[in-house]
Amino acid sequence: MASSSSDEEFRQWIPFRQRPEWSDVKPLPQDDGPSPVVPIAYKDSFVETMDYFRALYHGDERSFRALSLTSEAIQLNPGNYTVWHFRRLILEALEVDLQNELDFTEAVARVTDTCRHHRRWIAEKLGTIATSKELEFTRKILSLDAKHYHAWSHRQWVLQTLGGWDDELSYCDELLEEDIFNNSAWNQRYFVITNSPLHGGLKAMRTSEVSYTVKAVIAYPENESSWRYLRGLYKDDNHSWVNDAQVSSACLKVLSAKNNYVFALSTLLDLICHGFQPNQEFRDIVDALGTPDSDRQGSDLAKSICSVLERVDPIRANYWRWRRSKLSQAV
Amino acid sequence: MGELAAEKHVEYILSVEKKKDSFESVVMEHLRMNGAYWGLTTLDLLGKLHAVDVDQIVSWIIKCQHDSGGFGGNIGHDPHVLYTLSAVQVLALFDKLDVLDIEKVSTYVAGLQNEDGSFSGDMWGEIDTRFSYIAICCLSLLHRLDKINVENAVSYIVSCKNLDGGFGCMPGGESHAGQIFCCVGALAITGALHHIDKDLLGWWLCERQVKSGGLNGRPEKLPDVCYSWWVLSSLIMIDRVHWINKEKLVKYILDCQDLDNGGISDRPDDAVDVYHTYFGVAGLSLLEYTGLKAIDPAYALPVDVVNRIFIGRQSKKES
Repeated sequence: MASSSSDEEFRQWIPFRQRPEWSDVKPLPQDDGPSPVVPIAYKDSFVETMDYFRALYHGDERSFRALSLTSEAIQLNPGNYTVWHFRRLILEALEVDLQNELDFTEAVARVTDTCRHHRRWIAEKLGTIATSKELEFTRKILSLDAKHYHAWSHRQWVLQTLGGWDDELSYCDELLEEDIFNNSAWNQRYFVITNSPLHGGLKAMRTSEVSYTVKAVIAYPENESSWRYLRGLYKDDNHSWVNDAQVSSACLKVLSAKNNYVFALSTLLDLICHGFQPNQEFRDIVDALGTPDSDRQGSDLAKSICSVLERVDPIRANYWRWRRSKLSQAV
Repeated sequence: MGELAAEKHVEYILSVEKKKDSFESVVMEHLRMNGAYWGLTTLDLLGKLHAVDVDQIVSWIIKCQHDSGGFGGNIGHDPHVLYTLSAVQVLALFDKLDVLDIEKVSTYVAGLQNEDGSFSGDMWGEIDTRFSYIAICCLSLLHRLDKINVENAVSYIVSCKNLDGGFGCMPGGESHAGQIFCCVGALAITGALHHIDKDLLGWWLCERQVKSGGLNGRPEKLPDVCYSWWVLSSLIMIDRVHWINKEKLVKYILDCQDLDNGGISDRPDDAVDVYHTYFGVAGLSLLEYTGLKAIDPAYALPVDVVNRIFIGRQSKKES
C-alpha cells in the first residue's frame, strides 16, 4: 500500500474480517479496559487493523501477509514502535531486499522517530550503498524543518558511519544563506570542519572560517550562534583568540553601530578576561554606550562593560552582576 | 500575576485517564507508560495522588513487563528503556518498588550498555545520551548502579560535551536543553559533576530565557514550557539557577494554562496536553511556587519519594 491519502484508503479499504486470506486469524483487542467506542468508520479500520496486528504479533507469524499488515498499520499510525519492531523481525525472517524497504519508509505519511530508527537499521545493513539515499532523506526533512534535531543526528550518524562528506560544508553554506540564525547549521559546520577527512581540521580551516563568521556577526550582531561559533574556532588556543585582530575589530565595528551589541560586548569582556589590552578607541566606544553616572567604573573597562550589560540585558542582570564580582576577585 | 489553577489541572489529568476511547488516546496508546508518569507525578506534586486507584495502576504496569525484564509503553508492546524508567518512577511514587523483581529489571537495563560506555534504547541499538540518563537514573533508584560500568558511562557522556559547555545526543550533536538535562542529571547521580564547566554551561542555559520570560531549548528557537523543566533542573544541579529571571518564568508558565478546562500547553493559547502540564507544574515546583511539593531535579520525582528510596522511612532511622 503505497498511497498516503487517507480518503483514498478509506474508500478502498476492506475490513480484515471480510478478507478470505485472513479468515483463519482471530483478532486480539487491546487489553486496556473497556472496548473503545469510536464514532466514525475510519477509526474502525484503525482499531481492526491493530486487533489483527496483535493476533499475528502474539502468534509471532513472520509471513508476507504479516509484512503487508505492518505496512497498513504503519500507514495508520507511524508512531507505534512495536509495529516497526515486528516488521524488522519479519524482514529478517523473509530476507527481503532492504533497498525496497527504504522506498517503503519514503511513502510513510508522517516522518517519525520510529521511521528514522528503521532507516538507520536498514542503512547499517546495506552499508555505503545507502549513503546518498540517507543524506537525501535527511535533506528532505530539513527542507521542511531546518532545525529538526533528530534529522541532524541521523545525518551526523550517516556521515560518520558511511561517509559522504563531499558536499557537506557547502550544504551548511546553503542553509546559513537561507537562515543565518540556524544554530543546527552552525553546529553542523563545526562538525564538518572538525571531523571531515576532506578538510585539514580546525586549525587549517581557521582563517577562512573566521572571515566567514566575522561577516556574519557584523551583518547580524544579535546572532548568538555565530558568536559562539567564532569562539569555538579558537578551542584550546586562547592566545590566538586574544591576538586575532579580526575578532576585536569585529566587536569594535558592532559596538560603534550601537545596535544589538550584547554579544559583541560579552565577547569583548571575554577577550579582556583572557588578556586582551583594549586601546582608547575601545574605551571611548564603551563609554559612549554607558549612561553618564551609572556605568562608568573608573578605569576598569571590564567592570564598565558588565554594568552596561546589566542594564541592556536585564533579564540576565544576576549573571552580569556575578561576572562583575568575579572581576574584583581576579584583581 | 495570575495563579496556578491547581484544581483544574487535577480534573484535567483525571479526565485524560478516563478518556481511553478517544482517537488521540488510541493513537498514543503505545506510550501510555510515559503518560502515566507525567500525569501521576503531576498529581503527586499537587498533593492529589490519592485520587487514583493504586492497585489498578500497579497491576497494569506489571502487565507491561516483558520477559526480558524491560517494560513496554503499554500491554503487548516491546520493551524499551524509556518505558522501563517511567514504570520504575511510577512504582516509586506509590512506594511499590517491592513488586518488582529488581534483579530482572536491572539486568535488562544494564544489558543495554555498550563497550564505549554509551547506552542503547532497546535491542535495536539506537544510541543517545538520553538513554545514558535513563539507565543511570533507573538503576540508581533500584540501588543497582554497580551493574554497569559507571566510569565508561561517564566518559561517554563527557565525550558529548560541546564547546558551548552544553551536551548533545552523541559526540558532535548540537547542544540541546533536553540532552543537557540528561547529561547533567546522569553526572549528578554518578557524582561526576566536576566534568562540567558550570560557569560556561550556566551562561548558555540562562541565555535560553527570552523576552517573554519563557525558555527555549536552543538559540533562536521558540520558548516552550517543557524547557522550564530541562533548563531549570540543569541550572539547579549546577548551582546557577539565580542567573535566570525567576519571576518572569513563573509568569510565562502561568500564562500557558488553560484556566477553563485545565492543563498547560507549550506556549500561551496553544492546546494543552499531559506532557506540558507535567513540565509546567514541575518547573513551578523548582521555582518554589507555593502549594507544590518539592521535586528532585536529578530524579524528576518528588523529594519525599527520593528520600524514601535513599534515606528510608523515619521509623527505620529512629530504631
